[in-house]
Amino acid sequence: MKAVGLRQTLLTAALALGFSAIGHAQDMVVHAKGALEAKLEYCKTCHGLSGQGYLGYFPMPRLAGQQPEYIEAQLRAFIERRRTNPIMFNVAHVLSPSIMTALATHFRGLNPKPFGGAPRGSIAAGKRIYEEGLPESNVPACSACHGAEGKGQNEIPRLAGQVYAYTVGQLTGWKTERGQGSAVDTSAIMAPTAHNLTRSQVEAVAAYVSNLQ
Amino acid sequence: MKRIGLKIAIMAILASAAPSWAGESPAVRNCTWCHGTGAQGYTVAPRLAGQRPQYIMSQIRSFREHARDNPFSKQYMWSAVAALDPHTARDLAEYFATIPPKAANDGDNTLASRGRTIYLEGIPEANIVSCYACHGPNAEGVRDIPRLGGLAYFYLKGRLEQWGQGYHSGPESPMPMVARHLGPDEIEALASYLSFVK
Repeated sequence: MKAVGLRQTLLTAALALGFSAIGHAQDMVVHAKGALEAKLEYCKTCHGLSGQGYLGYFPMPRLAGQQPEYIEAQLRAFIERRRTNPIMFNVAHVLSPSIMTALATHFRGLNPKPFGGAPRGSIAAGKRIYEEGLPESNVPACSACHGAEGKGQNEIPRLAGQVYAYTVGQLTGWKTERGQGSAVDTSAIMAPTAHNLTRSQVEAVAAYVSNLQ
Repeated sequence: MKRIGLKIAIMAILASAAPSWAGESPAVRNCTWCHGTGAQGYTVAPRLAGQRPQYIMSQIRSFREHARDNPFSKQYMWSAVAALDPHTARDLAEYFATIPPKAANDGDNTLASRGRTIYLEGIPEANIVSCYACHGPNAEGVRDIPRLGGLAYFYLKGRLEQWGQGYHSGPESPMPMVARHLGPDEIEALASYLSFVK
């Protein structure tokens, strides 16, 4: 009688422990989910509610549909100051690797319409540069790496639907923002191309890709 | 003699057509009555001098459409703009934008440096975004994003509190999302810092 009572007590205690452990794990999952949602809202305050990009004082790039490997690589570049940006260093340096992955995966899945607003006059010229390059100035076709539809792959960014002013700013300021310091940085691949494009060619390409869906 | 008379008549017509409000037109005076001498702001009515014209126009639209719905807007601005035609609204916005703004300098000096840090960097750990990204390095604003530098402490504090309380500004503003994360200390620090920005 006594033994049975003891066994029951032990069993109850074991069950109680087990349930509380499950409860604790659920709390942690809920907590992590809440933290991710709060961080996503923080990103979207500047990058647009659907990640389509936004024009503040500075142009905020589209993140929707972006290659996750590119987003993660850029966040690391901000932290290591290979890519200089006064706002994004502060943003990125508090992100854990796992939340970076979760954010990048989320933005990958968004597909809003392009932000729009690019001048329309040079779109045809931009399409030609994008698809054929400028052999006389050593500019390869953008499509060779970024894909015919501008979707990018792995660490090569998607350009389709990118905010016009952002693309212009990046291509004209490549040397002063990307690949800073002595560490190896994949942005070096773009440096000669960015250098060889004139301002009006940059504007043409930026206008073309900004309209790609 | 006849010639001179005609010339004067033409000049008079040209002068009346030009949107120069040099002597404070009735339309301007209707604004500065509350918004202060030289449109530099007065108590609850914010400074309009130096404000971005596109922002002034967007807010006039928001008042007319009752989208900007905080108590003072409801009480004063909804009726104030009701009879304002879009053409006059644009002339007023452009006129006020040309007046050099003066800083209110009425915040708490001891909070200004913390306010500056929040303005530039946000508080990433608390998901508070940087103000600088949209309002610019010197809080000067751009397009329809308002100039904040030098606005009155009371006005800045009130606006930040109201967004957190669920009031609106316009249909597209991200400010309700921004302000929801700000606590009273952060709001006081930001409003203090901005009141000193020239």
